[in-house]
Amino acid sequence: MISLKINGQSHDVDVPGDMPLLWVLRDVVGLTGTKFGCGIAQCGACTVHIDGKPVRSCVMNVSAVGDRPITTVEAVGETPAGKKVQEAWLDLEVVQCGYCQSGQVMSATALLTRNPRPSDADIDAAMAGNICRCGTYPRIRAAIKKAAEV
Amino acid sequence: MAKKISGPSYGLLEPGDLSVTSRRRFLQGGGAGLLMGFVWLRNGKAWAAGEEPSLKVIGGGDNNGGNTFQGFQPGGFIRIAGDGKITFIIPNTEMGQGIYTGESMLIAEELEVGLDQITVIPAPPNEQLYQQPILKSQATGGSTSIRGAWIPLRQAGAAARTMLVAAAAARWGVPAGECTAERAVVKHGPTGRTLGYGELVDDASKQTVPADIVLKDPKDFKLVGKPAKRIDTPSKVNGSALYGIDVRLPGMKIAAVEVCPVVDGKLKDVDTRPARAVPGVVDVVKLDNAVAVIGDHFWAARQGLAALDINWDNGSKENVSTQRIVEDLKTASEVGKPVMGRTVGDVAAGFRNAAKTVEAVYQLPFLAHATMEPINTTVHVRPDACEIWVGTQAPTAVQKAAADLTGLPVEKVIVNNYMIGGGFGRRLIADSIVQAVNIAKQVSYPVKVIWTREQDIKHDLFRPAYYDHIKAGLGADGMPTVFTDRVTGGSVLGSYLPKGLPEGVLDTDAIEGAAETPYDFPATQVDWVRKDPPIKVNWWRGVGPTHNVFVVESFIDEMAQAAGKDPVEYRRALLGKNPRALAVLNLAAEKAGWGEKLPDRTGRGISLHDSFGSYLAVVLETSVSPAGEVKLRRITAAVDCGININPNSVKAQVEGGFVFGLSAALYNGITLANGQVEQNNFNDYRQIRINEIPPFEVHIVASGENPGGLGESGTVSAAPSLGNAIFAATGVRLRTLPFDREELRQKGSDGSVLSMVAPVGLAVAGLASSDGAKTSSDPARPDLSLSSEMV
Amino acid sequence: MKRWGLALLAVIVILIVAVGAFLFIPHRLEEVSAPQGMPTGQALVQRGEYLARAADCVACHTAPGGKQYAGGLPFKLPVGTIYAPNITPDKRSGIGDWSDAEFVRAMHHGVGKNGEDLYPAFPYASYALMTTEDALAVKAYLFTLAPVQADTPANTLKFPFDQRRLMRFWKLLFLPGHRFQPDNGKSPDVNRGAYLVEALAHCGECHTPRNFMYGLDNAHKFAGAVTEGWKAYNITSSKTAGLGDWSDQQVADYLSTGHADKRGSAAGNMGEAVSLSLRHLTPDDIRSMVAYLRTIPSQGTATTESAVDLDPPALKASTPYSPTPDELQDASLGLQIFQSACASCHAWNGEGLQSPHAALIGSQTANDPEGTNLIQVILRGAKLETNQGTIAMPAFGKAYSDAEIAAVSNYVIAHFGNKKPAITPEDVAKARAF
Repeated sequence: MISLKINGQSHDVDVPGDMPLLWVLRDVVGLTGTKFGCGIAQCGACTVHIDGKPVRSCVMNVSAVGDRPITTVEAVGETPAGKKVQEAWLDLEVVQCGYCQSGQVMSATALLTRNPRPSDADIDAAMAGNICRCGTYPRIRAAIKKAAEV
Repeated sequence: MAKKISGPSYGLLEPGDLSVTSRRRFLQGGGAGLLMGFVWLRNGKAWAAGEEPSLKVIGGGDNNGGNTFQGFQPGGFIRIAGDGKITFIIPNTEMGQGIYTGESMLIAEELEVGLDQITVIPAPPNEQLYQQPILKSQATGGSTSIRGAWIPLRQAGAAARTMLVAAAAARWGVPAGECTAERAVVKHGPTGRTLGYGELVDDASKQTVPADIVLKDPKDFKLVGKPAKRIDTPSKVNGSALYGIDVRLPGMKIAAVEVCPVVDGKLKDVDTRPARAVPGVVDVVKLDNAVAVIGDHFWAARQGLAALDINWDNGSKENVSTQRIVEDLKTASEVGKPVMGRTVGDVAAGFRNAAKTVEAVYQLPFLAHATMEPINTTVHVRPDACEIWVGTQAPTAVQKAAADLTGLPVEKVIVNNYMIGGGFGRRLIADSIVQAVNIAKQVSYPVKVIWTREQDIKHDLFRPAYYDHIKAGLGADGMPTVFTDRVTGGSVLGSYLPKGLPEGVLDTDAIEGAAETPYDFPATQVDWVRKDPPIKVNWWRGVGPTHNVFVVESFIDEMAQAAGKDPVEYRRALLGKNPRALAVLNLAAEKAGWGEKLPDRTGRGISLHDSFGSYLAVVLETSVSPAGEVKLRRITAAVDCGININPNSVKAQVEGGFVFGLSAALYNGITLANGQVEQNNFNDYRQIRINEIPPFEVHIVASGENPGGLGESGTVSAAPSLGNAIFAATGVRLRTLPFDREELRQKGSDGSVLSMVAPVGLAVAGLASSDGAKTSSDPARPDLSLSSEMV
Repeated sequence: MKRWGLALLAVIVILIVAVGAFLFIPHRLEEVSAPQGMPTGQALVQRGEYLARAADCVACHTAPGGKQYAGGLPFKLPVGTIYAPNITPDKRSGIGDWSDAEFVRAMHHGVGKNGEDLYPAFPYASYALMTTEDALAVKAYLFTLAPVQADTPANTLKFPFDQRRLMRFWKLLFLPGHRFQPDNGKSPDVNRGAYLVEALAHCGECHTPRNFMYGLDNAHKFAGAVTEGWKAYNITSSKTAGLGDWSDQQVADYLSTGHADKRGSAAGNMGEAVSLSLRHLTPDDIRSMVAYLRTIPSQGTATTESAVDLDPPALKASTPYSPTPDELQDASLGLQIFQSACASCHAWNGEGLQSPHAALIGSQTANDPEGTNLIQVILRGAKLETNQGTIAMPAFGKAYSDAEIAAVSNYVIAHFGNKKPAITPEDVAKARAF
């Protein structure tokens, strides 16, 4: 039995230690906002925060989380940066199919948490790991800048 | 003889039907204050407010009452409950294009409700109610949704509003003409009395469905034409949006599946014990070409699958390779028997009178869809019914496929449609649903089948590869005397239609975007040599135009080059009869600063097309480093899509579609060797990323024309704009997709400086300051365009 | 004069006869018998399984995607291709009807069932040191496998390399004529380690450079070599070029998990050796191997241009999620690719994100200015089986150009190794050819 602290709640899960956190969240805990995209940390759709830092949950063994708190997209709006990001995403209508956007929101929130005034280069560094097939990149960039101004 | 060319050839179009121009004229008939018969086209009943018993089916499974719905249900699209809750049943699938919002705006505009007052559910499968008028099937694709919905959905809203207003007027005993509706409230002007729609549902239900509907004059639009917030965005930024892959049901198990890696190969045998030994694995199911491992969670299923040592019967296609397929296309192009697509004017005379002939061969690869949401389907087969939870672009096709497999009547197949994490044509096909039903038939519980990304890419149904031989005669003035294009490739329509497409019959998709161009050529001949590849093919975003417009628009630049003319000037001269195309061309060129000086190895490329009833010109500015790396600097688009419903979505679709096309132009091509797809995942089926995307402007040309489609237009523009820009920057004409950047490496460039290579933009800025920069349209550029691949 | 002429002729004839005899006299088949105290039954099989893993038989005797031990893996040499044979107990295509004596002769003398000389791609120069008892245990294990019918493809060596008898000359020079000899001056631990390293794990086959005759150049034992486009690094006690500065724990971790803190991770053939072999060894055996490696004399020194930098300034100036401000400003092509495809796992400060295996700080591969293994791992990816699950890096070769891979390699070595590499697209093109 592995004990996880997810979005402020404790969950005891009976899963193998090498099971990626992604599948624990989606299939065991039932938090489906975190998405499966590639399984090899190339697309960022599965991004969650551990201790406020972004990780790709598809390649993170659940046993490696330990007692560090996990935040998923379902609760990221409760953080100041997460709230700003979600509002900017709504203001600028970033989303198309939306499937990658959980990960985009998580990566952007982590960026703004550590760097409240990111430059374009900072945005590239933080967001280039997140693929969007709908091509919402111009708006993601604009929305991060907008969130940074709030 | 020339066949009439249809516009969007997605789906079950009859040849010659619904060409872009003829439809446009038909729809223009009414003018402002459109008064039209309520029954529209052949599927009038389906798209109208009516009283068919089947309208009581609200669908969607878990929502809004189904057959038990009590309230006002004027037709298939609108439900108003006694508590005032308003639900729209949206006929098209939301896959990112914003159709839930766009189609809601059409209904809401006439129903007089706000977008904040409604809930949206996807339409259940029902061809009677929800058949798409252009595709003639309940499907979403081909940039047809808004074009098809433009009149009927507004009519549906207007009919319902008319009935609600009439009900209120009757209750008050006043003429309906004295009453107005706004934000779901009917108001009697002289007395100021009001009744909410919810209070009127019973009375409205008793009203006669109006025979004729007066639609609003566009100048009175409150919603249409103004930027609207998408109604699906809030759920997509907080993780609450549910896609097919997010379905969770009591007792549900999850399956991972592996299909024979060789095309059309079969399962020979497998010892299932190693999978069953993996904790959490529940079942192992064999299909004729695959093995599925079912577990408590996807990880267990995947681990179980990985533990298996599967014996495949590779069948007869072990030697299939793209190398061979491309050779076969070339041979077919040279010696195959073409089907005539379109011929206009005297082609022979055109070449006889030409002062110069230009010709080239263009080649395009197979393409995977690589939607962000991997393929998945959840199915529960019970003795008396089959229930499916999936995001599909074609719900009735899903329903029929499941009925055929289970032997159940169609009405016993319940399809719950979900939002799709990217469609791009992939989810028009029911292949993965068939597989999931075949798995679910063997177990008693609901099972969610998820493909890994690797399965999703390897077992996609690809956009076909093409080999196109294009040729033009130029007069002494450099202007075309004749234009011909021989397209060679497989038939998507033939792969799509249940009965296939007979040999010798034109697949209009194969030549769409080449047969009819925005330009006025004295003579044109476009034909098609059908050469079906040994793998199944499928629709892919932008369909025919994505393929043909790349070839045509690249070649127009080659013609301009041969004529010694500027690409924009050259196009202008060919657009005398096409003012809408000319307007977007001019606007894009002006906004992009066309003709202004640029640094060395930097250039602008333009492309223009009028696919799907919309006009789009895009100027892309790029630089190419000495190492051959392509650095995009700026994208400027001008679009005329007629009346635009939601300008916000118009811009989003142009931006997103173009970026989608850039990934394909720069990086994507599916290859096969030994009968197996060689690509796996995003590491080798690469996608463009945010750090490669430059500033992107979209300028909208105001228009009173009926709306055009726009979900695919941007994609169509990407490759030609980029190819033309690369030529302008380097003098190298790339005619094969994806563009091989190795061909752009400057000979003698010092590889050792790569570590220090500044971004191309900075490097070229430095160069530019040191010597006189060439303009992008410098006619002194070396002419490399016709040196290779000449036929 | 005539006498001298006759004598010369006689010498020549004798030489020809001697050489002929050397080449053509059939190999003897020595009787073997189970030594005293050798386990039997299941205990023997278990021991054989452990030894087969320690000797990593499966690595070479399994084709990609093929059945384990069923052979077929190609060894592509400049003079043709050799295929590893099927060593499952299938009687026709495998070794099902080999006698104990034949099996032991193959292991110790490189001779096949029918007396043919085997090519030294089969590392019998190492296995010659294996005890007869251990060789028999391995055979006992192999004979418990399910027989797989799989014909080994015929070798395609060019003349004269297709003449197996020529291997007798090679053996004369390079094949030890004895089993492992413990050094009584060393601890039992070191001797056990030596046996594991030399006779079973055959580390020298990759880590020791070869002479022009493909023999191991044991004057430079474990000084590092290039095999199939990958570098097997210097594992001598050199503090600058080898393992001299590694802690025992680091060496042990690297062997048993494929990763050591601040020393990077194994990929390529070493990754395979960890996955298939070393991770299955007992902690005692790993400790013994470390003890033995510590006795290997230092070979070679590295300069600051090539030695591993354990504390590169760029890493200190980076966070896990962001490179140095200067690098950001430059936004080189290499940086752009790194931020797109690499940073999600590797992290800019070298610590690795989701898994410690992704940490690049102290990695020899990220410190090698030639970028040999770096280019290979980017092109081909890596897959490491550990006792805590699979660790994998995808292969990027198909989707990234030579120029892009050169650029990202240069970036990685500059950033994580604090070196000034000069990898060119041509280097990448050459690396693709393997």
